[in-house]
Amino acid sequence: MSHTGRNIVIGGEAGQGLVTIGQMLTRALIRSGYEVVVSQDYMSRVRGGHNTYSIRVHDAPIAAPAEAMDVLVALNQETVSLHKHELADGGIVILDAGLDPEGTKAVPVPFKDVAPRPIFENVAALGVLGSLLGVDRPTMEGLVRETFGKKGDEVVGQNMKVLDDAWKWAEAHRASCAALPAPRGPKGRMMLHGNEAIALGALAAGVKFCSFYPMTPATSVAQELITKGRKLGVVVEQAEDEIAAINMALGATYAGAKALVPTSGGGFALMTEGVSLAGVMEAPVVIVLAQRPGPATGLPTRTEQADLNLALYAGHGEFPRAILAPATIEDCFHLTHAAFDLTERFQTPVFVLTDQYLSDSYRAVVPFDLDALPPVAEPDFGPGGGPKFKRYKRYELTESGVSPRKVPGFTETLVLADCHEHTEQGNITEDPDLRNAMNDKRLRKGEGLRALCIPPRVSGDARPDLLLVCWGSSEGPVAEAAELLRARGRSVGVMSFTQVWPLDPAQFLPALQAAKEVVCVEGNATGQFARLLRQETGFEVSRTLLRYDGRIFTPNWLAERLS
Amino acid sequence: MDIEVYGEYKKTAWCPGCGNHDVMKAVRQALAGLDLAPNRVAHVSGIGQAAKAPHYIDLNGFNGLHGRGLPPAQAIKLCNPELTVIAQSGDGCNYGEGGNHFLAAIRRNVDMTLLVHDNQIYGLTKGQASPTTPEGQVTKSQPDGVRNAPFNPIAVAVAMKCSFVARSFSGNTPHLVKMIQLAIQHKGFALVDLFSPCVSFNKVNTFGWYKQRCQELPEDYDPTDWAAAMQVAQEFGERIPIGVIYRNDRPSLDASLPVLQKGPLGRQPVDRDGLRALMQSYT
Ligand SMILES: Cc1ncc(C[n+]2csc(CCOP(=O)(O)OP(=O)(O)O)c2C)c(N)n1
Ligand code: SF4
Repeated sequence: MSHTGRNIVIGGEAGQGLVTIGQMLTRALIRSGYEVVVSQDYMSRVRGGHNTYSIRVHDAPIAAPAEAMDVLVALNQETVSLHKHELADGGIVILDAGLDPEGTKAVPVPFKDVAPRPIFENVAALGVLGSLLGVDRPTMEGLVRETFGKKGDEVVGQNMKVLDDAWKWAEAHRASCAALPAPRGPKGRMMLHGNEAIALGALAAGVKFCSFYPMTPATSVAQELITKGRKLGVVVEQAEDEIAAINMALGATYAGAKALVPTSGGGFALMTEGVSLAGVMEAPVVIVLAQRPGPATGLPTRTEQADLNLALYAGHGEFPRAILAPATIEDCFHLTHAAFDLTERFQTPVFVLTDQYLSDSYRAVVPFDLDALPPVAEPDFGPGGGPKFKRYKRYELTESGVSPRKVPGFTETLVLADCHEHTEQGNITEDPDLRNAMNDKRLRKGEGLRALCIPPRVSGDARPDLLLVCWGSSEGPVAEAAELLRARGRSVGVMSFTQVWPLDPAQFLPALQAAKEVVCVEGNATGQFARLLRQETGFEVSRTLLRYDGRIFTPNWLAERLS
Repeated sequence: MDIEVYGEYKKTAWCPGCGNHDVMKAVRQALAGLDLAPNRVAHVSGIGQAAKAPHYIDLNGFNGLHGRGLPPAQAIKLCNPELTVIAQSGDGCNYGEGGNHFLAAIRRNVDMTLLVHDNQIYGLTKGQASPTTPEGQVTKSQPDGVRNAPFNPIAVAVAMKCSFVARSFSGNTPHLVKMIQLAIQHKGFALVDLFSPCVSFNKVNTFGWYKQRCQELPEDYDPTDWAAAMQVAQEFGERIPIGVIYRNDRPSLDASLPVLQKGPLGRQPVDRDGLRALMQSYT
């Protein structure tokens, strides 16, 4: 095995429990102090099909999934056949003794002996894996106890026995798999995937209302707010459709509650009417757009970065917006938190643009420091501002374009929010001068947004021969690909955008110009971000490196094509 | 409450003689009678002639999109249960473009009132058929007569056990005021489908046409009798019954959410300790 980390892939049919094994192993690894990058590859079906749960584990920080498999846990024969060619040098296959290893270096486990009944096979597989990899055994036992604790002592006891038998069985076969290096990470870290981090970021920002219509891979944001956020005072409503979802969110923010709508491409397409409403009504709303491949229903459970243009141009008419694109799980938290501040501050829609890979990817994350978070802007709940029982100037023409936003019911001033072109009080108007003044006022908020825009993260050589530009979740694989290339003696830099709109060219144009060659890496077929860069700066990248087969970028995939 | 508190009845963009004028006057009377201060009411609408209502009365207002009045209206109540939420719009807006939201709102049963100005035509877009235009009626865009069977909002609402279903007529102010007040006082989703003639584009369902047909339900009619309500809901011809056709006591969604007992969501602070504990649960 060429590297100190391991790539462990569990493969099988949906419904075979591979996610259970994967999650328990991931948690055990994180608790032990390892770094992980989990990627999940699944098909749009509840049972059957072929799915994989991949855990890349390392003693040092990593930020990308790997391709070559060091340990393949095959829950069925198909997994062996499909993946035997992807095994790393020395890679092993763990499978039931009854399956055909098809010429691979295999560890056939007599699951029938180790697990008294098929439902125990998950824990048996964990025991074997834990032992072969050298995972801390008390950690694993603690997890089994926690997982089955609710079902009573008897169930816990049975599972502990299975774990013990499997562990002992595997000890005899330890020679077939080198154990992991000693862990170095801190204890007490969370096991968090992108959507969970988004939900936590929203909670930290004070989200109070979430309306959604289920759509993979965005659903788990709402699900997290339902199962975990309810205690914190969040109302989550499953709407009749996405159109209702975004319109509900606008009603919620009108009533003074911070609101979030999570969705994916097809659902967001339906929401665009409401995005435009938010634009003219100057209503805050945070939209989490978790991308998956289109057009239309596309590849429902796979990943892509092809909805940048959709987010940029969604909604008729002209109005400002901001689009944040997290690259890491920490970004998911902090940028969602920031999105609430921006939307409240500028009273215009703000997007958190992610994708299936990041949505479903677990990492080890240090608990967020809530006290260190910047404050989030609030509407004005206070008194004053207008005559009693009369409308105040909800859309007052101001230099910044931002008008004081009052909340109905908290004062004696009336608030009128309107979808037409309107007067400062919010009443319909057809006056051409006022129309221009209002449109200009709204667009002026774009300048404020631009002044706060987050600069791209730049790493590697300052004036590189090769500068890799990327946005969103591609950063991890791109950064590691850059390292691979540097190890081969090349001068490589990385520029990673976590805010893709608005852009401030002064923040990055000089660096783009300083590089000999600039390659834009994107998960789409047309180089949407490269075009946006050219549109905003006139700068043309040397070439684009694009992937749109629904699969995630890996460092090797990239390095091969950049060599 | 003095009726002037809702502003003087100003110039509107409605045609002289349009039923909407009478509806707006009735709304003002109803609110004044209930002593509802303007700042305690959130008045929501979609798009259409009727939907311009929030611009003609001094209340908190949310004038949203065509067919989309109900989703924000429900969310407003779910975020601030202290507000009285009233939505107004047309038959096209609520039963056509917003049909799915109408069905969902009945099922969701948030405590709010929906007033549908039913003129059986699209007014603002100048006379196309609406979901309630009768079969066979000739319009500019249906020159051979409407081929679609009409939507019966009352029957649908009763069939779905909507928590309050009433019908009224803009030409019978005392009745309309009463229906609006009962709807607002009802705890749950309350529909008032009210005939409001479009004098410009509907030459069939005129003021006289409704006046002749609308008959108040008898005193002894029991609106809690669902089967009887289903029968009444079918009556639409020479006689059209008006009044509270059906109601029940299903608890409203907002009343069943414990978090709303603590008051408006917007004012509830971030529970940092709770969030810290929550983060621990991921370790
Ligand atoms: C999404 C959308 N589609 C179409 C329209 C055009 N439009 C405006 S009002 C209206 C119909 C209104 O009819 P109704 O709801 O019956 O109200 P009325 O004007 O009769 O009061 C339509 C189709 C629009 N504004 N938005
Ligand atoms: S067009 Fe019809 S609905 Fe519109 S204002 Fe005139 S009469 Fe009323």
